[in-house]
Amino acid sequence: MTVTADGPLPSTPYDVAIVGAGVVGCAIARELARHPRLRIALVEAQDDVGQGTSKANTAILHTGFDATPGTLEARLVREGYERLGAYAAETGIPVERVGALLVAWDEEQLAALPRLAGKAARNTCHDTALLGPAELYAREPHLGPGALGALHVPGESIICPWTTTLAYATQAVRAGADLHLGTAVRDVQRSDGHRLITGRGTLRARHLVNAAGLHADTLDRALGHEDFTVTPRRGQLLVYDKLARPLLRHILLPVPTALGKGVLVAPTVYGNVLLGPTAEVLHDKRATGSTADGLAGLRDKGRRILPALLDEEVTAVYAGLRAATGHEDYRITVHPEQAYVTVGGIRSTGLTASLAIAAHVAGLLAGTGLDLGPVREPEPVTMPQLGESFPRPHQRADLVAADPEYGTLVCHCERVSRGEIRDALAATVPPRSLDGLRRRTRARAGRCQGFYCGAAVRELFERGRG
Amino acid sequence: MTGAGTDTLHADVLVVGAGPAGLAAAARLAAAGAGRVEVLEREAQPGGVPRHCAHGGFGTWTHPLTGPRYARLLTEAAERAGAGLRTGVTALDWAPTGPVLTTVGPGGPQTLSARAVVLATGARERPRSARLVPGTRPAGVYTTGELQQAVHLFGQHIGTRAVVAGAADVSYAAAGTLRAAGTEVVALVTEHPRAQTSRVRAQAARLRDRVPLLTGTTVTELLGHGRLSGVRVRHRDGRTAVLRCDTVVFTGDFVPDHELARRGGLALDPGTRGPAVGGTGHTSRPGVFAAGNLLHAVEPAGTAAREGARTAGAVLDFLAGAPWPDPGVPVVVDAPLRWIAPNRVVPHRVALGRRTPAAPPAPHFLRTGIPLPRPVLYVRQDGRLLHRERPGPGTALPERTLTLTARWHDRVDPAGGEVRVSTA
Repeated sequence: MTVTADGPLPSTPYDVAIVGAGVVGCAIARELARHPRLRIALVEAQDDVGQGTSKANTAILHTGFDATPGTLEARLVREGYERLGAYAAETGIPVERVGALLVAWDEEQLAALPRLAGKAARNTCHDTALLGPAELYAREPHLGPGALGALHVPGESIICPWTTTLAYATQAVRAGADLHLGTAVRDVQRSDGHRLITGRGTLRARHLVNAAGLHADTLDRALGHEDFTVTPRRGQLLVYDKLARPLLRHILLPVPTALGKGVLVAPTVYGNVLLGPTAEVLHDKRATGSTADGLAGLRDKGRRILPALLDEEVTAVYAGLRAATGHEDYRITVHPEQAYVTVGGIRSTGLTASLAIAAHVAGLLAGTGLDLGPVREPEPVTMPQLGESFPRPHQRADLVAADPEYGTLVCHCERVSRGEIRDALAATVPPRSLDGLRRRTRARAGRCQGFYCGAAVRELFERGRG
Repeated sequence: MTGAGTDTLHADVLVVGAGPAGLAAAARLAAAGAGRVEVLEREAQPGGVPRHCAHGGFGTWTHPLTGPRYARLLTEAAERAGAGLRTGVTALDWAPTGPVLTTVGPGGPQTLSARAVVLATGARERPRSARLVPGTRPAGVYTTGELQQAVHLFGQHIGTRAVVAGAADVSYAAAGTLRAAGTEVVALVTEHPRAQTSRVRAQAARLRDRVPLLTGTTVTELLGHGRLSGVRVRHRDGRTAVLRCDTVVFTGDFVPDHELARRGGLALDPGTRGPAVGGTGHTSRPGVFAAGNLLHAVEPAGTAAREGARTAGAVLDFLAGAPWPDPGVPVVVDAPLRWIAPNRVVPHRVALGRRTPAAPPAPHFLRTGIPLPRPVLYVRQDGRLLHRERPGPGTALPERTLTLTARWHDRVDPAGGEVRVSTA
């Protein structure tokens, strides 16, 4: 099992190098790691997996009900939804099938709902239902006044995006893939395969997969392609305290507009409530900051959708950049002559579609002359349980009896035990920062943001890393 | 004591939180023969916030103490009186009925039932996210609570240059902790026109320690990827500037840690956001009392301890058979006042039943949102002036204690509307 973050890179060539360890890159690495003969490198500029768009999204497992029928995205989201749902169940990734309500606030939106139901049906999502105001308010009694009706999409679900990415990476690494963190790719040369020029030296690979997310266009240009330009679309989100969770039962979606899916209010699997995202077209791929205007705008919209939400404490504010390309579909392109596959333009649906994208890309790679060899299904993994609707470690008497460290809570707001922090630090892909530890355990993610536990968690982190 | 199978423990009184209020309540209850008194503390050490306040200012004028020393004395007093102290045990939630709590600790899950519960879960500072300060999410962002623990309990490295958001007493304590950790304090920043501390303390920081105070100024953005590189500040005249720093401490802006109170369905006061109570700590849930900074975030530790002891008296009466009082008449404040506690008045003849009062009613604590020079407090019910009081000669400051006596309680009409406290 190899995870590196510094020092020289191996000099022997890999069969496949995947650039970008987001949810898509990790899924592709996992898919290829099913073929034990392949030598695989997963190359990531940041110090952890899932550090770009994958860590800052709305954490929804989409049915694909509103995708454009006939597109690659529509097909991969639909397939990915089924695959990830099954994978989550066997791996312990928390998923809650809460369903979504597209809430109409005016006559025009109300009139659009039957059309959306028809589109959902064309996307093989046949179980939607139109709800009148009485049933809508019966389902969501805290909804703000003035809603006229809703389209119910029962299959829309919430999921943990961090555990998903980490599960893929863990399985890939355990099956033999090398994960090289802290390895920014600066250039690519073609001579006897691909030579990736990185901050840690040269990495050679016969086949190359570009899963670089926001930077996929830059890498694509280095290989001589001008197919698309990534224009980051910033989404700011507010995370409300767990005490707000009883305010809603479903994902509350607006009726979609041309600029995106609009501002939603959704529960999270950790028991919080999300409000967001904004949709701001930017040019700076590092502009992951929130803004006063963005947050004020979200709060205005949230006040209309779920007024009582605004009285609750905000536990986190974050902003993610979605890799918009100006095209209404994924940009997955194979260049057989270069033994190269571009996986570009994976937008907010990438989490849902990740396993289907991975299978699709493996097929494309085989078409570039890659001999995948035999298949050996990877050992199943069981991920740490971060979801509130499943028993957390401290709630399991058997676990605490066997190891009292699971009963010793360190982070009180999120009820994270010393045992869970110890396990995360000893895991296959361990955290390299307190933020990485937070995404793996929820430690310091609660309403106090470290007032009570921050120093103690840091102490465990620094001691645990030796 | 532990029941077989279900692992249920029965106590006479459960106190949740071993800070000053909880420890003082437990000490008096145990000393007065309330039976089995158990204190639940989720941290590894008892004492609450004073544990990590390495500075002085605790104890009394005649016996000044540091926070850790004060925490030890309170702990020893509770233990000496015979109260049981369970550290590392978290009260998770309530059983559906009665004063029964579910807990977890290294020994596993346990259900604890009692005749009475005292909630003394304290308060915390609101972090950067709750204050909606925009910008990136770099490392180097603290509250005073985390900073003090990092420095005084763990000896962790903090940074080289720090900005302190706030200019209240707690902000100056944070600045002191930063200096003790070898971190230069770039500035204290407050939206108010002056520091919310004594002029002596503010002047000492400015002149002796050379820490500038930026008044009329707010932190509007955090900058930097990975590690904080600076904070953007804006003066009320519209000017902005970037203060280069690798650390920022958000101080003050305390809120009660009220999760257990809310999970128990206790009526909360909209101003304090803690349980709504009269001066005796009775909450809206029979058998459940509350004391300390859960009720008023925050007053000094000594105030919390006195209140804990006072509430213990009410618990003893309840255990002896005194009926649970009526909710009482709500007390609310008008802006610029932010909150008042206690925020219920139970007029004497209703509350006392068969007993005569052992102590006069506790005074009220208030907070103002803006500095108020020479304030006058007016107490009215249904437009009728009940009382008028000048709290003191100076200026009432945000984040500082403002008190109102309880001399007007017997003029409250128990059948009337809410009592309003205002400054005009």
